[in-house]
Amino acid sequence: MEPVRLSYPVEGGDFIQAGEASSKMKMTLKKLGLPADVIRKAAICMYEGEINMVIHANGGRADVEITMDQITLRMVDQGPGIPDVARAMEEGYSTAGPEVRSLGFGAGMGLPNMKRYSDELHIDTELGKGTTVIMKIKIG
Amino acid sequence: MRLSEVKEILSAQVLCGEDRMEEEVACACGSDFLSDVLAYVHEQNLLLTGMVNPQVIRTVEMTDIKCVVFVRGKRPGEDIIRMARERGIVVMASPERLYTACGLLYSKGLRGN
Ligand SMILES: Nc1ncnc2c1ncn2[C@@H]1O[C@H](COP(=O)(O)OP(=O)(O)OP(=O)(O)O)[C@@H](O)[C@H]1O
Ligand SMILES: [Mg+2]
Repeated sequence: MEPVRLSYPVEGGDFIQAGEASSKMKMTLKKLGLPADVIRKAAICMYEGEINMVIHANGGRADVEITMDQITLRMVDQGPGIPDVARAMEEGYSTAGPEVRSLGFGAGMGLPNMKRYSDELHIDTELGKGTTVIMKIKIG
Repeated sequence: MRLSEVKEILSAQVLCGEDRMEEEVACACGSDFLSDVLAYVHEQNLLLTGMVNPQVIRTVEMTDIKCVVFVRGKRPGEDIIRMARERGIVVMASPERLYTACGLLYSKGLRGN
């Protein structure tokens, strides 16, 4: 199979549209006939990454590559960067303000979930420049 | 537990998916934090929440949850119901508070995971 490549822009601060990219990707994965648990893992990873870009980074871009044996998600933003990645990875750690919390986000579970559901997680971040999160989900 | 039983136990109103009341749910989760819901997805297929916004439907969509019950008498808007309908998600609204709603279902045998 030729690799399938998808690319989605993610608007910053748009809580209504947030999740649209993940939703579209999930539909494509279903059409490709991938196993349900693989689709679910990829969808959750992408959704958490997408929400983080909307909330913390004023948007960005999500690139997806699907090959025979894995799905690679690449979430790129030009936001503020993450000062302390180890801290950000802790369950319950969040810098989200009251407005974000009132929408149901800010539990500090997003990055831990991305780690939980992916087989590989890399975070490349620089203060004032932006953050790139790469996740790989194995198929089979 | 059958969705029709969930409806009855929670004195809920079905806002979409009325024709699917014979379907079963194996377990449930209750939270207002969406990432909390995303953390424990395995077999849970019912969500109880007091949070009402489109991201609830997104969360349910990503995790393949079958049914969402909005508690505390909260009524989602038409846009949210439409999103759910498009995605084949059953939506109910119950007057019970979150704790009580979870307790009622749990005491009738619907467990967490
Ligand atoms: N793309 C990003 N750019 C800048 N900061 C980020 C980014 N992603 C995460 N962070 C920082 O890492 C923290 C932890 O992220 P995480 O996703 O785990 O929790 P959250 O987004 O705050 O809450 P939740 O995901 O539970 O709704 C955030 O509060 C934020 O400070
Ligand atoms: Mg997050």
